Amino acid sequence: MRHQVNEKIESITFGIFSPKQIVAASTAKVVTPELYDREGYPVDGGLMDLRLGVIDPGLRCKTCGQKLKECPGHFGYIELARPVIHIHFVKQILDLLKLTCKSCARVLIPDENLKKYFGILEKVGREEGFEARRKKIKAIVNKYKVKEKCPHCNTAQDKIKLDKPYTVYENEVRLSPIEIRARLEKISNDDLETFGFKSGNFRPEWLIITVMQIPPVTMRPSITLESGERSEDDLTHKLGDIVRINQRLFENINAGAPEVIIEDLWDLLQYHITTFFNNEVPQLPPARHRGGQILKTLATRISSKDGRIRHNLAGKRTDFSARTVISPDPLISLNEVGVPFSMAMVLTVPERVTEWNIEYLKKYIANGSKVYPGANYTLKSDGRRKTITEETKAEILEELEPGFIVERHLIDGDIALFNRQPSLHRMSMMCHRVKVLPGMTFRLNPAVCNPYNADFDGDEMNLHIPQTEEARAEAQVLMLVETQIISPRYGLSVVGCIQDGITGNYLLTKELVLTRNEAVDLLYSSGVDDLSALPNKEKIDGKEVFSVLLPEDFNFVGKDKSGNDVKIVNGQLKSGCMDKANLGQESGLMLRNIYEKYGPTFTSGLLGKISKLGITVLSRRGFSIGLADMDLEEGANEEIKEVIAKAEEEVNQLINSYNQGKLESLPGRTVAETLELRILESLNKARNKSGTIAMKQVRDSAALIMAKCGARGNPLNIAQMTAIVGQQALRGKRIESGYRSRTLPYFKPNDLSPKARGFIKSNFKEGLKPHEFFFGAMTGRDALMDTALRTPKSGYLYRRLSNAMQDLKVEYDGTVRDASRKIVQFLYGEDGLDVSKTENGALDIKKIIQQVLGAK
Amino acid sequence: MDISKHLLVPKHTKLSDVDKKKVFDKYSVTVKELPKIMKDDPAIHALNSKVGDVIMIERESKTAGRAIYYRVVIDG
Repeated sequence: MRHQVNEKIESITFGIFSPKQIVAASTAKVVTPELYDREGYPVDGGLMDLRLGVIDPGLRCKTCGQKLKECPGHFGYIELARPVIHIHFVKQILDLLKLTCKSCARVLIPDENLKKYFGILEKVGREEGFEARRKKIKAIVNKYKVKEKCPHCNTAQDKIKLDKPYTVYENEVRLSPIEIRARLEKISNDDLETFGFKSGNFRPEWLIITVMQIPPVTMRPSITLESGERSEDDLTHKLGDIVRINQRLFENINAGAPEVIIEDLWDLLQYHITTFFNNEVPQLPPARHRGGQILKTLATRISSKDGRIRHNLAGKRTDFSARTVISPDPLISLNEVGVPFSMAMVLTVPERVTEWNIEYLKKYIANGSKVYPGANYTLKSDGRRKTITEETKAEILEELEPGFIVERHLIDGDIALFNRQPSLHRMSMMCHRVKVLPGMTFRLNPAVCNPYNADFDGDEMNLHIPQTEEARAEAQVLMLVETQIISPRYGLSVVGCIQDGITGNYLLTKELVLTRNEAVDLLYSSGVDDLSALPNKEKIDGKEVFSVLLPEDFNFVGKDKSGNDVKIVNGQLKSGCMDKANLGQESGLMLRNIYEKYGPTFTSGLLGKISKLGITVLSRRGFSIGLADMDLEEGANEEIKEVIAKAEEEVNQLINSYNQGKLESLPGRTVAETLELRILESLNKARNKSGTIAMKQVRDSAALIMAKCGARGNPLNIAQMTAIVGQQALRGKRIESGYRSRTLPYFKPNDLSPKARGFIKSNFKEGLKPHEFFFGAMTGRDALMDTALRTPKSGYLYRRLSNAMQDLKVEYDGTVRDASRKIVQFLYGEDGLDVSKTENGALDIKKIIQQVLGAK
Repeated sequence: MDISKHLLVPKHTKLSDVDKKKVFDKYSVTVKELPKIMKDDPAIHALNSKVGDVIMIERESKTAGRAIYYRVVIDG
């Protein structure tokens, strides 16, 4: 049966229980510190009294008649032999004592001022809110605390001092809680308003405890140890102390014991009650177990990181989110995410039982929670949850009927949200379809690394499983990876082929000619099963193989990376080759056109096929890199050396003429600056020259192919490996002195020659000389420092921007407005264009006209 | 020096009451929702504008060629 709400809550007031309320809300009066009788049965009037709730299976609560887990527990009370101060109200009590007259109990504020203050409080409360009113009250209280004479009855006021934590002295004479209570009782309701206490449901004497509430046993359950021994909760221990001392205090008072003994017991009672509420009061030694372990009492349960709030309420764990290391899997689809079996058996999807799916869902229940496609819980129609175990399985299968909810394991095709921090993008959280795989990591298609900015050096990612139909539908329609292919930032695809995918297609479309068998094999293993588009001949060109993937009515004109024309006519690649410019991420012009014409689903499918095709081509052909790839042809080395020698000679001449004072300065520069500039210029020229020689001379090596098609590396990297590393620069200058007047002790002072200022004329293949290596390390360290310092700085800048602009929105009239509808831009981006509908931020009007006319 | 002649300063013009009304109607806004410009802003120094006037700014835009912006004069 579902809990019915039949009262509507209109308002909530927070206040303090009066002793009467405590007694009225209680089910039992606790009178004895004993817990159980000889049979181990709870004692009536003890702390485990059955009226306070049940914690033993089989017993019934004497108050509500319910069993274990059904009975919420009930409060009890004890009557204290002597009143005690509540530790958390010491401050309020002190304020009340200081600000009221010791003889007439009026506030120490003259009547005429009192009226004025009420007016001010009223106004502040109305205009500035609750918090401001409280501050004002504090200010008033602090102002009058120091009054020496009562303005009403002219009695001189004594100094009231607090000896922390809870002893109050008036003129060095101790005030007992009884005396304090008597004073508080005399304060009139009207005067209480000065302190911000609302009269009616509050009296200051309630701040002193005379009757203490005993929490129900359900919040302090005892545990039965393996030995059969019972171990009580810390709270029960503490309450036992309180009841025991209270009992002794009663007996001593009744027996007329000396005042000293009574006071000692009273103090002890005060200590126990204080530590019951808060065992971390600074001035008090914490109450301990016999072993010396500190007791966990009420305040400890709630506060700090392991307390109820931060640990249990804010830090709740669920069965629908997960996090682990990611690794690549180029064979799963762009839209998929690989989830480990072990996770799929914990993550659950709730499915409602209907008469149509009941048989299907029963299979999951029959599998249980330990066999893979199984189920972990069922929810009855009244919302009650049952764990599926070997024991409960049969019973659950029996009672399963439409209206129940089965929380089944994650299966292939389920919807999940996948996310990597920092979530700077909308593409940082995308929807994937689950694919349950062996292993312990999340698997993702390497093509979606770019939008997540992920790599596999130990990155972790989060997975969330939407739990309702609405959430799933929303995620699928708005956030699925394929819907996010085009970036809203620059209107090009953020996903595309990477690395081997590009290299393979480049080689295929550039130079490969295959036999028909090879072509069919290739296409079939990259996921193409319709081979009707393959030309019927023995020798098939790579371009024709690639064209099989393209739709028949696709036309495209563009350029490849090296500037050659790429032409696709009726789905046939006529000229040019596929490389980074058309397949790659953040460029991919051909992909952009396909997306526009054929939509997201087709594009993601095509991208998967192209990628796979590239990888397969490469694995069939073979592709590897080695030291020999860095070899230059004969004569090239000499040529490069000559170029460098010539440049060095030039620099030497410059230095000479500088030393002789013959160098003429450039406009606006000193002579020394001119020298630096001219040296840099000629060295750079030499480097570029040798670089081009190297690029020309290198045989068609793997490294060069990768650099040419943009898969990995660039011409500079190759030149540095084969020809010359070049000038190292710190802060835009050649390396300057690290020692006095020189870079290293290895050189003469004031040596301006290229060698002494960080010019590395070796290449990586030959290896660097010691001083060259040192210069390289210098710039390397500088670059490392730079990134380490820049990342947090730019992160903070981005955060401020995104926070400032988060509620800007493009309205239907094209204006950009903030949350208060103020205009920020009169036309979005000054041109009103949706960037994700453009190609790299611009619309090609000519093409649109052509398309429109062509359609006619 | 007349800064309005500087190549980095876009053209500022004061709108007539009729034009002002047109702008308000077009964007269905009041003075409150418009971006602001200070009365003593050097760019509108020569326009002799008073508080409440609407200034039209014509800017050259890389993407749109010419972009129009409006600001309402406020008291600094």
